[in-house]
Order: sequence, then structure tokens, then C-alpha cells
Amino acid sequence: MEIRKVQGASLSEIDTDPLKLLRKMVEIRKFEEKIEELFLVKGTLIGPAHLYLGQEAVAVGICSTLSKEDYVITSYRCHGHAIAKGVSLKKLMAEMFGKKTGTCKGLGGSMHAAISLEDGLVYATAIVGSQIPIAAGLALANKYLNKKIATVCFFGDGATNTGAFHEGINLASLWKLPVLYVCENNLYAEFTHITRSLSSRSVAERASSYNMKVIVVDGNDVVSVYKAAKEAVTEIRNLNGPIFIEARTYRMKGHGVYDQAKYRDPKEVEEWLKRDPIKIFKKRLIEEGIMDEKDYERIENEVTKEIEEAVNFAFESELLNFEELYKLVYVE
Amino acid sequence: MREITFVEALREALREEMKRNDKIIILGEDVGKYGGVYRVTQGLIEEFGENRVLDTPISEIAIVGAAIGAALGGLKPIAEIMYMDFAMIAMDQIVTQAAKMRFMSGGQLKVPIVIRTQYSLGRAHGSQHSQFYPSWFVNSPGIKVVLPSTPYDAKGLLKSSIRDDNPVLFIECGVLYRSKGNVPEEEYTIPLGKAEIKKRGEDLTIIAVSRCVQEALKAANKLEEKGINAEVIDLRTLVPLDVETIVNSVKKTGKVVIASDDVKYCSIASEIAMTVMENAFDYLDGPIVRVTSPPLPVPFSPELEKAYMVSDVKILNKIEEAFGYKLS
Repeated sequence: MEIRKVQGASLSEIDTDPLKLLRKMVEIRKFEEKIEELFLVKGTLIGPAHLYLGQEAVAVGICSTLSKEDYVITSYRCHGHAIAKGVSLKKLMAEMFGKKTGTCKGLGGSMHAAISLEDGLVYATAIVGSQIPIAAGLALANKYLNKKIATVCFFGDGATNTGAFHEGINLASLWKLPVLYVCENNLYAEFTHITRSLSSRSVAERASSYNMKVIVVDGNDVVSVYKAAKEAVTEIRNLNGPIFIEARTYRMKGHGVYDQAKYRDPKEVEEWLKRDPIKIFKKRLIEEGIMDEKDYERIENEVTKEIEEAVNFAFESELLNFEELYKLVYVE
Repeated sequence: MREITFVEALREALREEMKRNDKIIILGEDVGKYGGVYRVTQGLIEEFGENRVLDTPISEIAIVGAAIGAALGGLKPIAEIMYMDFAMIAMDQIVTQAAKMRFMSGGQLKVPIVIRTQYSLGRAHGSQHSQFYPSWFVNSPGIKVVLPSTPYDAKGLLKSSIRDDNPVLFIECGVLYRSKGNVPEEEYTIPLGKAEIKKRGEDLTIIAVSRCVQEALKAANKLEEKGINAEVIDLRTLVPLDVETIVNSVKKTGKVVIASDDVKYCSIASEIAMTVMENAFDYLDGPIVRVTSPPLPVPFSPELEKAYMVSDVKILNKIEEAFGYKLS
């Protein structure tokens, strides 16, 4: 099937308040910067954490087209999706701290923090690619129950080399399941560049061999992402599908919070940092007269304050009692 | 009471539950048009339609993964994994996804799926189609493990597994598929977590699962001819495990033999032996005896395979050796 490209979309092509998009992107940026600080500077947090810095336009562009009821299923690099889907920053931060006020009562941690049923965040897995067949199953249920909601499944380019990807995508396409697959191609699978792991000419080309609609979108342009997602989600809600979006973006930091990412070509990093999704969107909104520098500062300050409150909330929250763990393994 | 086969009992359970609950779907390789490689799902696609009985590609990861997703989305999926050996392909989905979801979501998620599979030890299927490794799953908190040994149990336990809100691994035994047994026409279920005393006795206790229950019963009948009354316990479910029934029997008999088709080391038998030690040590008046498969891959050659397998004779030999009975 033909691969469609969406890039350079204009603000007039989207039906949402661009300032809302910006605000969500800033929330993710500031949240992740705080997480990084809590790990590296303060040594407060431990364990794996995979930052979403640089990819904010993808989560926000896609999730801003969704309602609470729509399903999101994602991977361990999940903080951005959780925030974009509307989870409370307090609950999300408390999960990072392993506290019982967290999204998963502190039993999931960073890698599963985006499980919050009340927000339509159905699942976040730490095994690369495993969410892809599960997403097909969610879509199967919606189709069977004639439930006109969308299922959106996020994964990275690394996942496209797993067996679960091929089995899951094949099934979704074979059964025409209403699921939107969003591959965030950030060029690195863990510490290895995509050119050293992908045999196909592109992720999109690989996906299109499974006979479904494929869209390649500029993943650092939130307007283009929103535009592509809006159309796709409308189709999915009408129980058509699957649709595959390859969002081309860049992981501004390493694989995990401790990874300094020195294996990257400095020129590559420099080029991509020029295309920082928040920087380019901010510039555009100022140029188009939608806001000025002061407005942006106000947003930043508000978000910073909210995140400080979230950190305090997490600090002050209690741990789950160990004995309670035994009640959470099986449904009684 | 009428007699039906193990396969017919399973099919009845599926059909009755599908009639009762329209959220139930079945998915797996060849389960639809072909009727299932062992005919368990025969006729179901005609009766319930293609929306509820779904033929899948040979994609075990996707079969279990889609079942999990469908369960999260409000359905009650029953996935068929044709051979237990193939469950290893889907191990991530079964053990690392389904079994962990409830816990690591802080109790938000539930995954009401049944994964039906069977092991074909004893049918000359060779090393890669005969494996039986229930302890792998027992070692994975979050999933229930069920092993029926008779048509009656197969039907009652499958119905309960389907009505359970947790992931359930339902392990059938291929060599039992054509065995016949009494199954009432009336509705019944068998609770998960309750062992059954298949034969009462006072002199020693034989604990077994799946096919080995039948071998244990044959051995017990031969013991009876010698005036020794063995009690035979069919565990029926390994998770949850009915410790009480085991302990009560050991208190009475003081002698324990455990028979299971898995490989001896870290086997179900190992775990049951330790459970007896921890809960009824003072009542033991002899060593705990294991009768299991040897630490070898399953040989193809039918004669060698027979020599490999747990049998009534092997159970009797072990009993003679351990407890000093003169049986021959």
C-alpha cells in the first residue's frame, strides 16, 4: 500500500487550541527534566527510567485527539503518553517514588507508570514489542462489542524487529482490527542506531508490507502529528483499521536516565536539537502572533510549580503495606 | 450415567459456557473451520459463528497477546495452544504479561483468560512435542494451573476456569483424550483449588496429577490385591494447591508417593514433597518417594518412550523399594 507523508501542516489545519498542545509538551519536558534531576543530581530515585525528552510532539499530537475513554497502550518509555493522556502529575510522580498514591500503588514504577484505567491508559509494558499483539486484542474487543473508541499503541523503532511486532501486526491487518499503531522512530534501539538493526528501507515500508494504511509524519512537528492522528483516530473510532503511523523523531537523551549516549555522532545530535519540538513550536506560535515570550514564561512557571507540588506530594505519600501485596496477585 | 470421552467433555464445557456468556471467544490454530487438531472445538464455529471462534495464524505470541488484550477490553477469551511445547513461544505473554498485570498495575487490571493446551507424552511425538513442565508456571505467581485427569474433571474444571477472573493455564493430556468416563447431563462445576481423593485408603498416599492419576489408580488396585490400601489423591489444580487434603492424608497414612510426568528435578513432585515436609513431617514414617520422568529429553522410539514414562509398574517398584513391602 502507498505510504502517505504528513509534514509542514499549518495551524489552520487543526481543530484544537495550539496553546493547549504547547502546555502539554512543556508539562512532559519539565516532568522529565525533574525526573532526570531526581536521579542524577539528587540521587533520590533509583531503578530504570526512560526519558521522553525530544519526543513530546508525538505523544501530545496523538493523545490530544483522544478522549478519556479511548485506549492507550504503550511501552516503558511511557511518562509522555501518560501526561498527554491526562493523568494527574501527582499520581505519576508518586509512582516514580514507589508510593501507594501512585498510578500503580508503587508496584509498577517508571516503566509501568502509564497504567491508569480511569485515564484510558490501559497498559505499559517493559518487554519490547509485547504490547503490539495485546493492542490487537483490545481492538478485537472493541470491534466485537461495537464499542466506538480508539485503541492507540505506542512503541519504538526497536520493537519493529521483535517477533511480537510481526505476529501482532499481521493479526491486526488480517482481522482488520481498529487499532492505530504509532511507531516513534527515535533512531536508536537502546544503544544501537537503526541502520545497524533494520533490514527494511524504512519502518513505514516494513509496515506497508502488511497491507495497511501507513502514514509517515514529522514527529517533531506537533501540528503535523495532530493532523495525521485526527484523521486516523476518526477512522479507527468507526472501527476501521488498522492504521500505522511512523513518527520520525529523536531521543534527545540516552536510552535510560543513566546513559550519557556518547555513542551518537555529535553532528547528528546538533542537527536534531535544532529541531527541538518545543523550541520550534514556541517560535512558530510567537511568529504567528498566538502568544508572546511572556505567555510562554507564564506557562513554564505554572508547570514548574505544578511539578514541584507533585514532587512534594510523592515525598509525603506512604508506602503500601507489604502484607497488602498478597491481595494483589489474583482476583479474589 | 452416560459415558463420554475426554474430548467430548471439554467440548461440552466450551459449548455450555459459550451459550451462557456471549463475551466468550475462542482463538487458536485450526480451532475454527478445521474443528481443532484434536477436535475439541469441532462444530463450534458452525454454532457460534466466525466472530466467536477465530482461526489464527501460527503465531503463539499473537494468540496469547490478543487474548490478553481482548480480556482487558471486556471479553472472555479462551486461547488454544496446540501443544504445551508451543507455549514456550508465548512465554513472555503468559508469564511476563498476563500473570503480572494485576499485581504491577496495583490491582487495576484483571486478565480473565483461559489458555488451553495439551502435552503429548506417550504418543511417539518426540522431544519437541511431548514436553510437560507445569512447574514453570507454578513458579510464576499470577496464573492458575489446572490439570484434569478424567472426562468428569475436564468438564467441571474447564467450566470453573472459564468463570474465573484470573489467567488460567488449563493443561490437558493428549493420551487421555480418547479415554471415557461418566459425565452427568446436568450442569456442574468443580472448584479450582480442591484436590480429589480418587480412591480412599489408609496404608499409604499416592499423590498424582493428570495422566499419572490413572497410573496411580492402576498401581493402587494391584496393591489392594496384596492387602495394601493406598489412597490416591488427584491434585487437579497446582495453583491454588490444596495443601489440606494432602496433609490430612499423610497424617493418616504416614507414607507418601508422588507421581508426575515432569522431569524429576525441581518438579511438581519436588514441591509436593517439600510441602509434606513443612506441614506433616512428624507424621511421616518413611521417605517421601518421587516417580517422575528422568532428566532426559523425551525419546521418539515408542519402546524407549514407554521406558521413559511413569507407569503403574514404576510406581509399584518404588513403593516396594521404599517401604519394604513384598509385592512380587
